[in-house]
Amino acid sequence: MRQRIGVYICHCGGNISDYVDVEELSKMFHKEDGVVVSKDVMFVCADSNQKAMVEDIQKHNLDAIVVASCSPKLHLHTFRGVAGRAGLNPNNYVQVNIREQCSWPHSDRPREATVKAAGLIRAGINRVAFSEALDNIEIEVKKAAMVIGAGVSGMKAAIDLARSGNEVYLVEKDYFVGGRIAQKEKLFTSGQSGKEIVRKLYEEIKTYKNVTVFTGATIEKVTGSLGSFNIEVKVKPRYINGKIDKQTVKRAMDDCQVYADDEFNLGLSKRKAIYKNYPEALPDVPVVDVEALKDHPDYLEKYKAVINLNEKEETIALLVGSVLVTTGFDNYEPKEGEFGYKNIPNVITLPQLNRLMELSPEKLVYNGKEIKSVAFIYCVGSRQKKGENKYCSRHCCTSTIYTALQLKSKYGKIQNYHLYRDIRTYGKQEILYEQASKQGDLFFKYEEKEMPTVEMNGKGISLKVKDYLTAKKEMEIAPDLVVLVTGMVARADASHISELFKIPIGNDKFFNEIHPKLKPVETVIKGVYIGGTCQGPKNVSEAVQSSLAGASKITALLKSGTVMGDPVVARVNADICTWCGKCAEVCDYTAIREIVNEAGKHIAGVNKGVCTGCGICAPVCPVNAIEVAKYTDNEIEAMIDGFAADVEIKEKEASTVTEEKEDVVAAHMKEYPQIWKDILATIETDKKTIPEVVETLKIAPEMVTYHLMTMNKYGVVTPAGTNEKEEYYYYKIK
Amino acid sequence: MLSGVRKRQFYSYHYLSMSNDNKSPKILVFSTDKISDPGIDQAGLRKIHYSPSVYVINMPCSSGVKPRWILHALEKGFDGVFIAADGHECSYSSSCPERTNDIILESQKLMTEKNINPKRIRMAALCSVCAEPFANHMENFSKILAGLEE
Repeated sequence: MRQRIGVYICHCGGNISDYVDVEELSKMFHKEDGVVVSKDVMFVCADSNQKAMVEDIQKHNLDAIVVASCSPKLHLHTFRGVAGRAGLNPNNYVQVNIREQCSWPHSDRPREATVKAAGLIRAGINRVAFSEALDNIEIEVKKAAMVIGAGVSGMKAAIDLARSGNEVYLVEKDYFVGGRIAQKEKLFTSGQSGKEIVRKLYEEIKTYKNVTVFTGATIEKVTGSLGSFNIEVKVKPRYINGKIDKQTVKRAMDDCQVYADDEFNLGLSKRKAIYKNYPEALPDVPVVDVEALKDHPDYLEKYKAVINLNEKEETIALLVGSVLVTTGFDNYEPKEGEFGYKNIPNVITLPQLNRLMELSPEKLVYNGKEIKSVAFIYCVGSRQKKGENKYCSRHCCTSTIYTALQLKSKYGKIQNYHLYRDIRTYGKQEILYEQASKQGDLFFKYEEKEMPTVEMNGKGISLKVKDYLTAKKEMEIAPDLVVLVTGMVARADASHISELFKIPIGNDKFFNEIHPKLKPVETVIKGVYIGGTCQGPKNVSEAVQSSLAGASKITALLKSGTVMGDPVVARVNADICTWCGKCAEVCDYTAIREIVNEAGKHIAGVNKGVCTGCGICAPVCPVNAIEVAKYTDNEIEAMIDGFAADVEIKEKEASTVTEEKEDVVAAHMKEYPQIWKDILATIETDKKTIPEVVETLKIAPEMVTYHLMTMNKYGVVTPAGTNEKEEYYYYKIK
Repeated sequence: MLSGVRKRQFYSYHYLSMSNDNKSPKILVFSTDKISDPGIDQAGLRKIHYSPSVYVINMPCSSGVKPRWILHALEKGFDGVFIAADGHECSYSSSCPERTNDIILESQKLMTEKNINPKRIRMAALCSVCAEPFANHMENFSKILAGLEE
């Protein structure tokens, strides 16, 4: 029990004291058991008061403090800091909200507001009396990180983490690194090819000995928590004999006449059964499609030195301190019949067109016919009022217009038609829009309620659009190719990663950060960060920015080898607990498991690093053996008793004007710092400007300005007109 | 800020004009740190008035409220207990609404055993900007509590 308590009640410059009689309350609590200091202060958060509080705590040897002022959301950390500076455990401090939850909502009934404030403060005193000096939990952190997904975001983050001296495991599901960026022939604004960027990043990664890259690898199991995640990674075999020379492998590839669907080229071509995504794909080892080759024993026999069918998949257990998830996105797959997709030939998606362009070096040919005109339909699978994807996919306007520019520069005379809803080539990308207009591309604006239609007539494709730019007149276009500008969607396998790491998923199915502005790469799971497009649509620069932010967070976390965790976690009373498992059942974080204590008793054990302190386990315990620190029965019931206790507030009588006028400044004079007293003395009889006060006191003008402004804010002085030149305000005592 | 003079007159006016006995039912609210408590703060910020006999204890999550605390409050003179839950927005657990509901059911069982009307406990999901809904909940609950006969 705390028995030397300090109580500080804030006027908040009238925000509280206009309605709650804080002076009366401070007198009242002076007589309360265990209370040593009880004060009402103009602004408890002011630096001068914080210093006074530190002095009080040390001088009166206080063992706990109660601050009754605004919402804890504002100044909880301020007063934890005060406690800390005075050598008091920050957990021996309780914040009582008598502004947002008392003086303001009850400004219509000040007497009752005062009664309520008394109850709230008494509850705070009762609670702090039971408060414990809790120490932050020290969690050991393994200096290793895992990056999941080796797209541009993941690779960049892995380099950054490695450069900071961390052990890095870069895990990629595909057999080759690079992700979606490798499918882009050219990227705005640098004009570099995606493959070139992938090659550079991979070569840089290879220079770091502390990075291990796993390809064809998936995450199978995750246990542990911040500081020590135990992760099982399953690595699929490539079925290539690692000892064989590259020339022989190449011969086997050249000789292979078995083909399968080419996922990398989005179904536009076939790939061999022993393949790489593209010739320069990295790591530079092909993969054998065993399924496709199973009916070709002759080939397998011929190249048995190259193809090793006995290679088994491997499960590797890794221990890391933190995890960065950069699993990326999927392209929206239009439904069958959506703008004629899959029903009408020559209707493809933008990612397919990008692949087609790379596969067609001289002429753009599709379905055996040279393409002379292309119509892009924007916002397919994005910004759907009625559909699932309400959001804008952010990158596609720029990507489409850049593609349209490439079409012209690469193949010469191609007419582009853009059927858009709004063009969002924000930032530097706007110049592309202008270029596209200048090169003669035609833009038609449609609305979601009147979608363009794609049909086949005798001659070919008939694309009809109601153009909002020409008074909704229906236009008919006959393009050779219709390109559906598909947006980004969350990866189909995102739920697998979400379940393993318990990362929350938003309504848009992307991973959720804690706060889009203030905690943009953090998740509610300590030690697990998200970056890149797995958290929502982004262009390449934005994706890399967020993954690098995640990498910096992880570097900071791993640097010291330990982290301090919040002590507000669940704890078990071993004497009472009989291990029934109910608490473990309801815990979403698997923070509780059965343990055998020193006495050989089976009880619930709490992993403090994982526990979030939500308290869900406490009410379900049939014997009341588990509780959350700071939310113990003693503390909460003492608070309730505090609310319930009778309060007597004396009625005040109306006082005279003269009496009050005298005591406004005088009553607080002894609390003011010396410099205030000096300044007040100079303006006591006559109003003065700041330069005049400076002249009289011979102190620095900035000091006078600062303190006069502070006194003005606190209502001690007030402006009284300006001087003749209207250069300076006069100040007088209020 | 009211000056000292106006302040004194303000108090005097109100103190004399109001009766001493505040008859509105005493309500204990359990709020949540991240969502419903900011909603209740919002009501104050916007000076939306509700009964001054409403007292709030903030918790990390509504699924951590123990039925014994609810009983304790009702036995100590509170007329009703209101759980301002996060509903499906809870950042801790997707099962939060069901768990909180279980707590209400368990409390009502205990209340019935002690001859306390189970209507004295109520729960609603409250968002972080639900200022008016909170004030409305308090008004409605006060009316229900005032009308209870046991």
